[in-house]
Amino acid sequence: MYGKKRVAIVGAGLTLFRRRLKETGKELAYEAAKMALDAAGLELRDIQSVVMGTAPDAFDGVHMKGEYLADGAGAYHKPYTRVFVGGGTGVFTPLAGWWHIASGQFDTCLVVCEEKMSSCYPHPQYAFTTIFDPILERPIGMNLIWIFALEMQRYMHKHNIKKEHIALVSVKNKGNALDHPCAQLAARITVDDVLNSEIMAWPVQRLDVSPTSDGGAALVLVSEDVAKEITDNPVWIDGVGWCIDSTHWTNRDLYYPDYVEYAARMAYKMAGIKNPPKEIDVAEPYDPFDYKELHHMEGLLLCKKGEAPKLTAEGVTQRDGDLPINPSGGLLGVGNPIAAAGLMKVCEIFWQLRGEAGKRQIPGDPRTGIAQAWGDLMQYGSVIVLRR
Amino acid sequence: MSEKIKRYLGEEVKAEEIKEGKIPIEKFKPKAKYAWSAGIAISKFLEELKKGRIIASTCNKCGRIMVPPRIYCELCFKPTDGWTYVKDTGTINTFSASYLAADATRLKEPIIVAIIDLDGASEGMGIIHKIGEVEDWKQLKIGMKVEAVWKPPEEREGAITDIKYFKPVKEAATL
Ligand SMILES: [Zn+2]
Repeated sequence: MYGKKRVAIVGAGLTLFRRRLKETGKELAYEAAKMALDAAGLELRDIQSVVMGTAPDAFDGVHMKGEYLADGAGAYHKPYTRVFVGGGTGVFTPLAGWWHIASGQFDTCLVVCEEKMSSCYPHPQYAFTTIFDPILERPIGMNLIWIFALEMQRYMHKHNIKKEHIALVSVKNKGNALDHPCAQLAARITVDDVLNSEIMAWPVQRLDVSPTSDGGAALVLVSEDVAKEITDNPVWIDGVGWCIDSTHWTNRDLYYPDYVEYAARMAYKMAGIKNPPKEIDVAEPYDPFDYKELHHMEGLLLCKKGEAPKLTAEGVTQRDGDLPINPSGGLLGVGNPIAAAGLMKVCEIFWQLRGEAGKRQIPGDPRTGIAQAWGDLMQYGSVIVLRR
Repeated sequence: MSEKIKRYLGEEVKAEEIKEGKIPIEKFKPKAKYAWSAGIAISKFLEELKKGRIIASTCNKCGRIMVPPRIYCELCFKPTDGWTYVKDTGTINTFSASYLAADATRLKEPIIVAIIDLDGASEGMGIIHKIGEVEDWKQLKIGMKVEAVWKPPEEREGAITDIKYFKPVKEAATL
Protein backbone atom coordinates (compact mmCIF):
# COMPACT_ATOMS: atom_id res chain seq x y z
CA MET A 1 0.00 0.00 0.00
CA TYR A 2 1.09 3.55 -0.71
CA GLY A 3 1.00 5.73 2.40
CA LYS A 4 -0.15 4.73 5.87
CA LYS A 5 -3.89 4.85 5.18
CA ARG A 6 -6.10 4.10 2.19
CA VAL A 7 -8.15 7.15 1.24
CA ALA A 8 -11.80 7.24 0.11
CA ILE A 9 -14.05 9.91 -1.38
CA VAL A 10 -17.40 9.89 0.43
CA GLY A 11 -19.13 13.04 -0.80
CA ALA A 12 -19.05 15.60 -3.61
CA GLY A 13 -20.55 19.01 -4.22
CA LEU A 14 -20.79 21.34 -7.21
CA THR A 15 -22.32 24.73 -7.97
CA LEU A 16 -23.70 25.95 -11.26
CA PHE A 17 -20.99 26.99 -13.73
CA ARG A 18 -21.81 30.34 -15.36
CA ARG A 19 -20.02 33.25 -17.09
CA ARG A 20 -20.94 35.38 -14.04
CA LEU A 21 -22.34 34.31 -10.72
CA LYS A 22 -23.53 36.73 -8.08
CA GLU A 23 -21.74 34.79 -5.33
CA THR A 24 -18.28 35.84 -4.17
CA GLY A 25 -15.47 33.29 -4.28
CA LYS A 26 -15.98 32.62 -0.57
CA GLU A 27 -19.69 32.03 -1.11
CA LEU A 28 -19.02 29.64 -4.01
CA ALA A 29 -16.50 27.75 -1.88
CA TYR A 30 -19.06 27.54 0.92
CA GLU A 31 -21.88 26.33 -1.34
CA ALA A 32 -19.77 23.53 -2.85
CA ALA A 33 -18.16 22.53 0.47
CA LYS A 34 -21.48 22.43 2.34
CA MET A 35 -23.03 20.32 -0.40
CA ALA A 36 -20.14 17.83 -0.24
CA LEU A 37 -20.41 17.59 3.56
CA ASP A 38 -24.17 17.05 3.36
CA ALA A 39 -23.68 14.37 0.71
CA ALA A 40 -21.18 12.61 2.99
CA GLY A 41 -23.47 12.94 6.00
CA LEU A 42 -20.75 14.82 7.89
CA GLU A 43 -20.52 18.19 9.60
CA LEU A 44 -17.69 20.67 9.66
CA ARG A 45 -16.69 19.56 13.15
CA ASP A 46 -15.90 16.12 11.67
CA ILE A 47 -13.32 17.68 9.33
CA GLN A 48 -9.71 17.69 10.53
CA SER A 49 -7.99 19.38 7.59
CA VAL A 50 -8.87 21.50 4.55
CA VAL A 51 -7.15 21.86 1.17
CA MET A 52 -8.20 24.69 -1.14
CA GLY A 53 -7.42 24.90 -4.84
CA THR A 54 -7.77 28.10 -6.80
CA ALA A 55 -5.95 29.57 -9.80
CA PRO A 56 -4.15 32.91 -10.30
CA ASP A 57 -4.91 35.70 -7.83
CA ALA A 58 -4.96 38.03 -10.84
CA PHE A 59 -8.46 36.87 -11.82
CA ASP A 60 -9.94 38.04 -8.56
CA GLY A 61 -7.61 40.95 -7.96
CA VAL A 62 -7.44 39.62 -4.40
CA HIS A 63 -3.95 38.79 -3.25
CA MET A 64 -3.63 36.20 -0.46
CA LYS A 65 -6.61 34.59 -2.14
CA GLY A 66 -6.13 31.32 -0.29
CA GLU A 67 -6.39 33.11 3.04
CA TYR A 68 -9.32 35.19 1.80
CA LEU A 69 -11.26 32.06 0.78
CA ALA A 70 -10.37 30.00 3.87
CA ASP A 71 -13.51 30.45 5.96
CA GLY A 72 -15.73 29.82 2.93
CA ALA A 73 -13.90 26.52 2.46
CA GLY A 74 -14.63 25.53 6.07
CA ALA A 75 -11.08 26.07 7.30
CA TYR A 76 -11.80 28.27 10.34
CA HIS A 77 -9.35 27.19 13.08
CA LYS A 78 -8.17 24.17 11.11
CA PRO A 79 -4.96 23.03 9.39
CA TYR A 80 -5.33 24.61 5.94
CA THR A 81 -3.32 24.69 2.72
CA ARG A 82 -3.98 26.43 -0.56
CA VAL A 83 -2.43 24.74 -3.58
CA PHE A 84 -1.98 26.14 -7.06
CA VAL A 85 -0.55 24.55 -10.20
CA GLY A 86 -2.32 26.55 -12.91
CA GLY A 87 -4.91 24.63 -14.88
CA GLY A 88 -3.70 21.45 -13.20
CA THR A 89 -4.99 22.70 -9.83
CA GLY A 90 -8.42 21.06 -9.88
CA VAL A 91 -7.02 17.53 -9.99
CA PHE A 92 -3.95 18.36 -7.93
CA THR A 93 -6.07 19.59 -4.98
CA PRO A 94 -7.53 16.14 -4.18
CA LEU A 95 -4.01 14.72 -4.63
CA ALA A 96 -2.88 17.08 -1.88
CA GLY A 97 -5.93 16.02 0.14
CA TRP A 98 -4.89 12.40 -0.40
CA TRP A 99 -1.48 12.87 1.21
CA HIS A 100 -3.03 14.67 4.19
CA ILE A 101 -4.74 11.38 5.04
CA ALA A 102 -2.32 8.88 3.49
CA SER A 103 0.46 10.40 5.62
CA GLY A 104 -1.41 9.19 8.69
CA GLN A 105 -1.76 12.73 10.01
CA PHE A 106 -5.54 13.12 9.49
CA ASP A 107 -8.62 10.93 9.03
CA THR A 108 -10.69 13.53 7.21
CA CYS A 109 -9.95 16.26 4.67
CA LEU A 110 -12.30 18.68 2.96
CA VAL A 111 -11.11 19.46 -0.58
CA VAL A 112 -12.54 22.64 -2.10
CA CYS A 113 -11.92 24.37 -5.44
CA GLU A 114 -13.28 27.72 -6.49
CA GLU A 115 -12.77 30.05 -9.41
CA LYS A 116 -14.31 33.41 -10.08
CA MET A 117 -12.99 34.65 -13.41
CA SER A 118 -15.69 37.24 -14.07
CA SER A 119 -14.28 39.83 -11.67
CA CYS A 120 -11.48 40.61 -14.12
CA TYR A 121 -12.83 42.77 -16.95
CA PRO A 122 -13.24 43.54 -19.81
CA HIS A 123 -11.96 39.97 -20.17
CA PRO A 124 -10.04 37.64 -17.83
CA GLN A 125 -7.87 36.75 -20.82
CA TYR A 126 -5.78 39.82 -20.05
CA ALA A 127 -4.82 38.45 -16.63
CA PHE A 128 -3.33 35.48 -18.47
CA THR A 129 -0.82 37.69 -20.25
CA THR A 130 1.12 37.96 -17.00
CA ILE A 131 2.00 34.24 -17.07
CA PHE A 132 4.54 34.78 -19.84
CA ASP A 133 8.25 35.48 -19.50
CA PRO A 134 8.50 39.23 -18.95
CA ILE A 135 11.71 39.73 -20.94
CA LEU A 136 11.43 37.46 -23.98
CA GLU A 137 7.73 36.73 -24.43
CA ARG A 138 5.58 39.58 -23.21
CA PRO A 139 7.19 42.18 -25.54
CA ILE A 140 5.91 40.04 -28.45
CA GLY A 141 2.37 40.75 -27.17
CA MET A 142 1.59 37.21 -26.09
CA ASN A 143 -1.94 35.94 -25.80
CA LEU A 144 -2.82 32.68 -24.11
CA ILE A 145 -4.88 31.42 -27.05
CA TRP A 146 -1.77 31.63 -29.25
CA ILE A 147 0.14 29.02 -27.37
CA PHE A 148 -2.71 26.54 -27.65
CA ALA A 149 -2.98 27.35 -31.34
CA LEU A 150 0.75 26.63 -31.71
CA GLU A 151 0.38 23.35 -29.88
CA MET A 152 -2.75 22.32 -31.80
CA GLN A 153 -1.08 23.13 -35.11
CA ARG A 154 1.98 21.05 -34.17
CA TYR A 155 -0.20 18.12 -33.08
CA MET A 156 -2.22 18.25 -36.30
CA HIS A 157 0.94 18.47 -38.40
CA LYS A 158 2.74 15.60 -36.71
CA HIS A 159 -0.12 13.12 -37.17
CA ASN A 160 -1.76 14.67 -40.23
CA ILE A 161 -5.00 15.29 -38.33
CA LYS A 162 -7.84 17.24 -39.90
CA LYS A 163 -9.82 19.89 -38.05
CA GLU A 164 -13.05 18.00 -38.80
CA HIS A 165 -11.85 15.16 -36.62
CA ILE A 166 -10.89 17.43 -33.76
CA ALA A 167 -14.24 19.25 -33.95
CA LEU A 168 -16.01 15.98 -33.12
CA VAL A 169 -14.76 16.36 -29.54
CA SER A 170 -16.52 19.70 -29.15
CA VAL A 171 -19.71 18.25 -30.65
CA LYS A 172 -19.60 15.28 -28.27
CA ASN A 173 -18.77 17.21 -25.10
CA LYS A 174 -21.24 20.05 -25.59
CA GLY A 175 -23.84 17.36 -26.35
CA ASN A 176 -22.95 15.35 -23.22
CA ALA A 177 -23.34 18.53 -21.16
CA LEU A 178 -27.04 18.72 -22.10
CA ASP A 179 -27.53 16.14 -19.34
CA HIS A 180 -25.48 18.08 -16.78
CA PRO A 181 -27.60 20.31 -14.52
CA CYS A 182 -24.69 22.70 -13.84
CA ALA A 183 -23.60 23.17 -17.47
CA GLN A 184 -22.87 26.59 -18.92
CA LEU A 185 -22.44 25.77 -22.62
CA ALA A 186 -24.45 22.63 -23.29
CA ALA A 187 -25.58 22.56 -26.90
CA ARG A 188 -26.38 20.34 -29.81
CA ILE A 189 -23.92 21.49 -32.45
CA THR A 190 -22.43 20.05 -35.64
CA VAL A 191 -18.89 19.74 -36.97
CA ASP A 192 -19.77 22.46 -39.49
CA ASP A 193 -20.78 24.80 -36.67
CA VAL A 194 -17.29 24.40 -35.22
CA LEU A 195 -15.54 24.79 -38.58
CA ASN A 196 -17.58 27.89 -39.41
CA SER A 197 -17.15 29.57 -36.04
CA GLU A 198 -15.02 32.70 -35.63
CA ILE A 199 -11.27 32.19 -36.11
CA MET A 200 -9.57 33.24 -32.88
CA ALA A 201 -5.98 32.14 -33.51
CA TRP A 202 -5.74 29.63 -36.34
CA PRO A 203 -6.31 26.70 -36.02
CA VAL A 204 -8.31 27.58 -32.89
CA GLN A 205 -11.87 28.69 -33.59
CA ARG A 206 -14.56 29.89 -31.23
CA LEU A 207 -16.24 26.50 -30.75
CA ASP A 208 -12.93 24.71 -30.18
CA VAL A 209 -12.60 26.58 -26.87
CA SER A 210 -14.17 26.29 -23.41
CA PRO A 211 -15.66 29.43 -21.86
CA THR A 212 -14.50 31.51 -18.91
CA SER A 213 -16.62 30.75 -15.88
CA ASP A 214 -17.43 31.17 -12.22
CA GLY A 215 -18.04 28.06 -10.13
CA GLY A 216 -17.13 25.87 -7.17
CA ALA A 217 -16.63 22.17 -6.48
CA ALA A 218 -15.75 20.11 -3.39
CA LEU A 219 -15.01 16.59 -2.15
CA VAL A 220 -14.89 14.97 1.27
CA LEU A 221 -11.94 12.58 1.72
CA VAL A 222 -11.70 10.16 4.65
CA SER A 223 -9.46 7.33 5.79
CA GLU A 224 -10.53 3.72 5.30
CA ASP A 225 -11.56 3.40 8.97
CA VAL A 226 -13.90 6.36 8.76
CA ALA A 227 -15.21 5.31 5.35
CA LYS A 228 -16.29 1.93 6.73
CA GLU A 229 -18.24 3.65 9.49
CA ILE A 230 -20.13 6.16 7.39
CA THR A 231 -20.79 4.69 3.94
CA ASP A 232 -21.48 1.46 2.07
CA ASN A 233 -20.16 2.80 -1.21
CA PRO A 234 -16.86 4.64 -0.86
CA VAL A 235 -14.83 5.43 -3.94
CA TRP A 236 -11.12 4.86 -3.38
CA ILE A 237 -8.24 7.04 -4.49
CA ASP A 238 -6.01 4.25 -5.77
CA GLY A 239 -3.54 6.26 -7.82
CA VAL A 240 -2.02 9.74 -7.76
CA GLY A 241 0.49 11.26 -10.16
CA TRP A 242 1.79 14.69 -11.01
CA CYS A 243 4.69 16.06 -13.04
CA ILE A 244 6.03 19.35 -14.37
CA ASP A 245 8.18 20.36 -17.34
CA SER A 246 10.05 23.70 -17.52
CA THR A 247 8.69 27.05 -18.73
CA HIS A 248 11.01 26.68 -21.74
CA TRP A 249 7.91 25.69 -23.70
CA THR A 250 9.43 26.73 -27.06
CA ASN A 251 12.21 24.20 -26.48
CA ARG A 252 10.05 21.08 -26.52
CA ASP A 253 8.01 19.34 -29.21
CA LEU A 254 4.45 20.35 -28.39
CA TYR A 255 2.90 17.49 -30.35
CA TYR A 256 2.97 15.25 -27.26
CA PRO A 257 2.64 16.04 -23.52
CA ASP A 258 5.24 13.69 -22.08
CA TYR A 259 4.91 15.29 -18.62
CA VAL A 260 1.27 14.07 -18.63
CA GLU A 261 2.53 10.59 -19.50
CA TYR A 262 4.96 10.67 -16.56
CA ALA A 263 2.15 11.75 -14.20
CA ALA A 264 -0.08 8.98 -15.59
CA ARG A 265 2.62 6.33 -15.23
CA MET A 266 3.13 7.35 -11.61
CA ALA A 267 -0.61 7.05 -10.89
CA TYR A 268 -1.02 3.78 -12.83
CA LYS A 269 1.93 2.18 -11.07
CA MET A 270 0.40 2.97 -7.71
CA ALA A 271 -3.01 1.65 -8.85
CA GLY A 272 -1.46 -1.47 -10.42
CA ILE A 273 -2.79 -0.56 -13.87
CA LYS A 274 -0.73 -2.22 -16.60
CA ASN A 275 -3.00 -1.85 -19.61
CA PRO A 276 -4.78 1.52 -19.29
CA PRO A 277 -7.32 1.21 -22.17
CA LYS A 278 -8.41 -2.23 -20.95
CA GLU A 279 -8.44 -1.52 -17.23
CA ILE A 280 -9.93 2.00 -17.23
CA ASP A 281 -13.70 2.14 -17.69
CA VAL A 282 -14.21 5.89 -17.90
CA ALA A 283 -11.94 8.93 -18.17
CA GLU A 284 -12.24 12.68 -17.72
CA PRO A 285 -9.13 14.13 -19.41
CA TYR A 286 -8.70 17.91 -19.35
CA ASP A 287 -10.45 19.52 -22.32
CA PRO A 288 -10.16 23.32 -22.26
CA PHE A 289 -9.84 22.98 -26.05
CA ASP A 290 -11.21 20.12 -28.16
CA TYR A 291 -7.76 18.98 -29.36
CA LYS A 292 -6.61 18.80 -25.72
CA GLU A 293 -8.95 15.88 -25.04
CA LEU A 294 -7.22 13.96 -27.84
CA HIS A 295 -3.75 15.12 -26.81
CA HIS A 296 -4.43 13.99 -23.24
CA MET A 297 -5.97 10.64 -24.19
CA GLU A 298 -2.62 9.96 -25.84
CA GLY A 299 -0.57 11.32 -22.93
CA LEU A 300 -2.66 9.20 -20.54
CA LEU A 301 -1.75 6.13 -22.64
CA LEU A 302 -5.43 5.44 -23.38
CA CYS A 303 -4.43 4.96 -27.03
CA LYS A 304 -1.38 5.22 -29.26
CA LYS A 305 0.07 8.58 -30.29
CA GLY A 306 -2.07 10.10 -33.04
CA GLU A 307 -4.83 7.52 -32.60
CA ALA A 308 -7.27 9.52 -30.45
CA PRO A 309 -9.02 11.27 -33.38
CA LYS A 310 -9.72 7.89 -34.98
CA LEU A 311 -11.23 6.48 -31.77
CA THR A 312 -13.37 9.60 -31.49
CA ALA A 313 -14.60 9.29 -35.08
CA GLU A 314 -15.46 5.63 -34.45
CA GLY A 315 -17.62 6.54 -31.44
CA VAL A 316 -15.38 4.74 -28.95
CA THR A 317 -15.32 7.81 -26.69
CA GLN A 318 -19.11 8.33 -26.58
CA ARG A 319 -20.93 7.51 -23.33
CA ASP A 320 -22.06 4.20 -24.78
CA GLY A 321 -18.68 3.51 -26.44
CA ASP A 322 -15.95 1.16 -25.25
CA LEU A 323 -14.03 3.97 -23.55
CA PRO A 324 -16.30 6.85 -22.54
CA ILE A 325 -14.35 10.12 -22.43
CA ASN A 326 -15.70 13.19 -20.64
CA PRO A 327 -19.24 11.88 -20.04
CA SER A 328 -19.81 15.03 -17.93
CA GLY A 329 -19.51 17.27 -20.95
CA GLY A 330 -16.09 18.43 -19.84
CA LEU A 331 -14.84 21.98 -19.79
CA LEU A 332 -16.15 22.49 -23.32
CA GLY A 333 -19.71 21.80 -22.23
CA VAL A 334 -19.98 22.25 -18.46
CA GLY A 335 -17.64 25.25 -18.34
CA ASN A 336 -14.16 26.18 -17.19
CA PRO A 337 -13.89 27.86 -13.78
CA ILE A 338 -10.31 26.64 -13.77
CA ALA A 339 -9.66 24.90 -10.44
CA ALA A 340 -13.36 24.06 -9.99
CA ALA A 341 -13.48 22.63 -13.52
CA GLY A 342 -10.69 20.16 -12.76
CA LEU A 343 -12.39 19.08 -9.54
CA MET A 344 -15.72 18.79 -11.39
CA LYS A 345 -14.05 16.02 -13.39
CA VAL A 346 -13.13 14.13 -10.22
CA CYS A 347 -16.73 14.63 -8.98
CA GLU A 348 -17.98 13.15 -12.25
CA ILE A 349 -15.83 10.01 -11.93
CA PHE A 350 -16.99 9.68 -8.30
CA TRP A 351 -20.65 9.81 -9.37
CA GLN A 352 -20.08 7.53 -12.36
CA LEU A 353 -18.45 4.86 -10.18
CA ARG A 354 -21.27 5.10 -7.63
CA GLY A 355 -23.90 4.77 -10.39
CA GLU A 356 -25.33 8.17 -9.43
CA ALA A 357 -24.70 10.07 -12.65
CA GLY A 358 -28.36 9.97 -13.71
CA LYS A 359 -28.87 10.67 -17.41
CA ARG A 360 -25.09 10.82 -17.84
CA GLN A 361 -24.52 7.38 -16.36
CA ILE A 362 -22.35 5.24 -18.60
CA PRO A 363 -23.46 1.62 -19.01
CA GLY A 364 -21.51 -1.44 -17.91
CA ASP A 365 -21.07 -0.98 -14.16
CA PRO A 366 -17.80 1.02 -14.29
CA ARG A 367 -15.29 0.19 -11.55
CA THR A 368 -12.17 2.19 -12.47
CA GLY A 369 -12.02 5.78 -13.66
CA ILE A 370 -9.44 8.53 -14.05
CA ALA A 371 -9.46 12.31 -14.12
CA GLN A 372 -6.65 14.52 -15.33
CA ALA A 373 -5.89 18.23 -15.44
CA TRP A 374 -3.18 20.22 -17.16
CA GLY A 375 -1.80 23.67 -16.96
CA ASP A 376 0.81 26.36 -16.54
CA LEU A 377 2.84 27.05 -19.70
CA MET A 378 1.80 23.76 -21.32
CA GLN A 379 3.98 21.99 -18.78
CA TYR A 380 1.99 20.40 -15.96
CA GLY A 381 -0.08 17.25 -15.56
CA SER A 382 -2.05 15.88 -12.59
CA VAL A 383 -3.75 12.46 -12.66
CA ILE A 384 -6.02 10.65 -10.19
CA VAL A 385 -7.21 7.03 -10.38
CA LEU A 386 -10.50 6.21 -8.62
CA ARG A 387 -11.91 2.74 -7.95
CA ARG A 388 -15.12 1.46 -6.50
CA MET B 1 -24.16 16.28 -10.42
CA SER B 2 -25.39 13.29 -8.53
CA GLU B 3 -28.96 12.33 -9.28
CA LYS B 4 -29.43 12.31 -5.50
CA ILE B 5 -28.91 16.06 -5.37
CA LYS B 6 -32.01 17.97 -6.33
CA ARG B 7 -30.99 21.60 -6.06
CA TYR B 8 -27.91 23.32 -7.44
CA LEU B 9 -26.70 26.62 -6.07
CA GLY B 10 -25.44 29.61 -8.03
CA GLU B 11 -27.21 32.84 -9.02
CA GLU B 12 -26.44 33.88 -12.57
CA VAL B 13 -25.78 37.55 -13.32
CA LYS B 14 -26.18 38.88 -16.87
CA ALA B 15 -23.79 41.47 -18.32
CA GLU B 16 -26.72 43.88 -18.80
CA GLU B 17 -27.54 43.78 -15.10
CA ILE B 18 -24.06 45.13 -14.38
CA LYS B 19 -24.24 47.73 -17.16
CA GLU B 20 -27.63 48.94 -15.96
CA GLY B 21 -26.38 49.18 -12.39
CA LYS B 22 -28.89 46.62 -11.16
CA ILE B 23 -26.44 44.85 -8.86
CA PRO B 24 -23.86 46.44 -6.59
CA ILE B 25 -20.34 46.39 -8.08
CA GLU B 26 -17.12 47.85 -6.67
CA LYS B 27 -14.32 48.65 -9.15
CA PHE B 28 -10.55 48.87 -8.80
CA LYS B 29 -7.60 49.32 -11.15
CA PRO B 30 -4.19 48.24 -9.83
CA LYS B 31 -1.38 50.76 -10.34
CA ALA B 32 1.55 48.47 -9.53
CA LYS B 33 4.42 48.76 -12.02
CA TYR B 34 7.34 46.39 -12.51
CA ALA B 35 10.93 46.69 -13.74
CA TRP B 36 12.45 43.27 -14.20
CA SER B 37 16.13 42.41 -14.14
CA ALA B 38 16.79 40.30 -17.21
CA GLY B 39 19.19 38.10 -15.27
CA ILE B 40 22.70 36.91 -15.99
CA ALA B 41 22.08 34.76 -19.06
CA ILE B 42 19.35 36.81 -20.71
CA SER B 43 21.15 40.13 -20.16
CA LYS B 44 24.00 38.73 -22.26
CA PHE B 45 21.50 37.46 -24.83
CA LEU B 46 19.93 40.93 -25.06
CA GLU B 47 23.32 42.69 -25.34
CA GLU B 48 24.18 40.39 -28.24
CA LEU B 49 20.81 41.05 -29.91
CA LYS B 50 21.73 44.73 -29.85
CA LYS B 51 24.81 43.79 -31.92
CA GLY B 52 22.68 41.78 -34.32
CA ARG B 53 23.74 38.37 -33.06
CA ILE B 54 21.96 35.50 -31.31
CA ILE B 55 23.94 33.84 -28.54
CA ALA B 56 23.31 30.43 -27.01
CA SER B 57 24.75 28.64 -23.99
CA THR B 58 26.21 25.15 -24.15
CA CYS B 59 26.34 22.18 -21.81
CA ASN B 60 29.24 19.76 -22.30
CA LYS B 61 27.51 16.99 -20.40
CA CYS B 62 24.30 16.65 -22.45
CA GLY B 63 25.77 18.42 -25.46
CA ARG B 64 22.89 20.82 -25.85
CA ILE B 65 23.19 24.24 -27.45
CA MET B 66 20.43 26.19 -25.72
CA VAL B 67 18.37 29.19 -26.82
CA PRO B 68 17.25 31.13 -24.89
CA PRO B 69 20.57 30.73 -23.04
CA ARG B 70 20.74 29.88 -19.35
CA ILE B 71 23.51 29.83 -16.76
CA TYR B 72 22.53 26.34 -15.65
CA CYS B 73 21.47 23.26 -17.59
CA GLU B 74 18.10 22.24 -16.15
CA LEU B 75 18.61 18.62 -17.26
CA CYS B 76 22.14 18.09 -15.90
CA PHE B 77 21.60 20.63 -13.10
CA LYS B 78 25.07 22.06 -13.39
CA PRO B 79 26.50 25.33 -14.70
CA THR B 80 26.53 25.67 -18.47
CA ASP B 81 30.02 25.49 -19.96
CA GLY B 82 30.21 28.17 -22.59
CA TRP B 83 28.66 30.52 -25.12
CA THR B 84 28.29 30.16 -28.85
CA TYR B 85 26.56 32.10 -31.59
CA VAL B 86 23.73 30.50 -33.51
CA LYS B 87 22.36 31.72 -36.84
CA ASP B 88 19.55 34.20 -37.30
CA THR B 89 17.87 31.78 -39.67
CA GLY B 90 15.71 28.81 -38.80
CA THR B 91 12.71 26.64 -39.50
CA ILE B 92 9.06 27.12 -38.58
CA ASN B 93 8.26 24.47 -35.97
CA THR B 94 4.65 25.59 -35.62
CA PHE B 95 2.71 28.81 -36.24
CA SER B 96 -0.55 30.59 -35.67
CA ALA B 97 -2.41 33.55 -37.12
CA SER B 98 -4.12 35.35 -34.27
CA TYR B 99 -7.14 37.59 -34.61
CA LEU B 100 -6.96 38.25 -30.87
CA ALA B 101 -4.90 40.99 -29.22
CA ALA B 102 -3.40 40.37 -25.80
CA ASP B 103 -6.57 41.65 -24.09
CA ALA B 104 -8.81 39.40 -26.24
CA THR B 105 -10.06 42.33 -28.36
CA ARG B 106 -10.47 41.41 -32.04
CA LEU B 107 -7.97 42.36 -34.76
CA LYS B 108 -8.79 42.97 -38.43
CA GLU B 109 -5.35 41.88 -39.59
CA PRO B 110 -3.98 38.85 -37.77
CA ILE B 111 -0.69 38.77 -35.89
CA ILE B 112 1.34 35.81 -37.18
CA VAL B 113 3.48 34.09 -34.58
CA ALA B 114 5.67 31.04 -34.79
CA ILE B 115 8.07 28.91 -32.86
CA ILE B 116 11.28 29.11 -34.88
CA ASP B 117 13.89 26.39 -34.46
CA LEU B 118 17.15 28.33 -34.92
CA ASP B 119 19.92 26.98 -37.14
CA GLY B 120 22.95 26.03 -35.10
CA ALA B 121 21.03 25.36 -31.89
CA SER B 122 20.16 21.86 -30.70
CA GLU B 123 17.20 20.25 -32.42
CA GLY B 124 13.90 21.68 -31.29
CA MET B 125 15.47 24.69 -29.53
CA GLY B 126 12.94 27.23 -30.67
CA ILE B 127 12.08 30.79 -29.80
CA ILE B 128 8.71 32.49 -30.13
CA HIS B 129 8.55 35.47 -32.48
CA LYS B 130 6.41 37.16 -35.08
CA ILE B 131 6.41 36.36 -38.79
CA GLY B 132 6.26 39.24 -41.27
CA GLU B 133 6.34 39.96 -45.03
CA VAL B 134 3.76 37.28 -45.68
CA GLU B 135 0.81 38.29 -47.85
CA ASP B 136 -1.47 35.53 -46.71
CA TRP B 137 -0.76 33.41 -43.64
CA LYS B 138 -2.31 30.43 -45.41
CA GLN B 139 0.92 30.28 -47.45
CA LEU B 140 2.88 29.43 -44.33
CA LYS B 141 3.92 25.84 -43.71
CA ILE B 142 5.59 24.03 -40.87
CA GLY B 143 9.15 23.31 -42.02
CA MET B 144 9.49 26.59 -43.95
CA LYS B 145 12.86 28.34 -43.72
CA VAL B 146 12.77 31.83 -42.22
CA GLU B 147 15.30 34.57 -41.49
CA ALA B 148 15.41 37.39 -38.95
CA VAL B 149 14.62 40.94 -40.03
CA TRP B 150 16.56 43.20 -37.67
CA LYS B 151 15.87 46.75 -36.64
CA PRO B 152 18.59 49.13 -37.90
CA PRO B 153 21.51 49.17 -35.38
CA GLU B 154 20.75 52.69 -34.13
CA GLU B 155 17.21 51.68 -33.19
CA ARG B 156 18.15 48.56 -31.25
CA GLU B 157 17.79 48.72 -27.50
CA GLY B 158 18.80 45.27 -26.26
CA ALA B 159 15.37 43.65 -26.43
CA ILE B 160 13.79 40.65 -28.13
CA THR B 161 12.07 43.20 -30.38
CA ASP B 162 15.49 44.18 -31.85
CA ILE B 163 14.47 41.44 -34.24
CA LYS B 164 11.39 42.97 -35.86
CA TYR B 165 10.14 39.61 -37.07
CA PHE B 166 11.20 36.61 -39.11
CA LYS B 167 10.33 36.39 -42.81
CA PRO B 168 10.26 33.42 -45.16
CA VAL B 169 13.58 33.09 -47.01
CA LYS B 170 13.25 33.60 -50.75
CA GLU B 171 13.61 30.03 -52.01
CA ALA B 172 10.98 28.79 -49.60
CA ALA B 173 8.61 31.68 -50.23
CA THR B 174 8.38 30.89 -53.91
CA LEU B 175 7.63 27.20 -53.39
ZN1 LIG C 1 23.18 19.45 -19.78
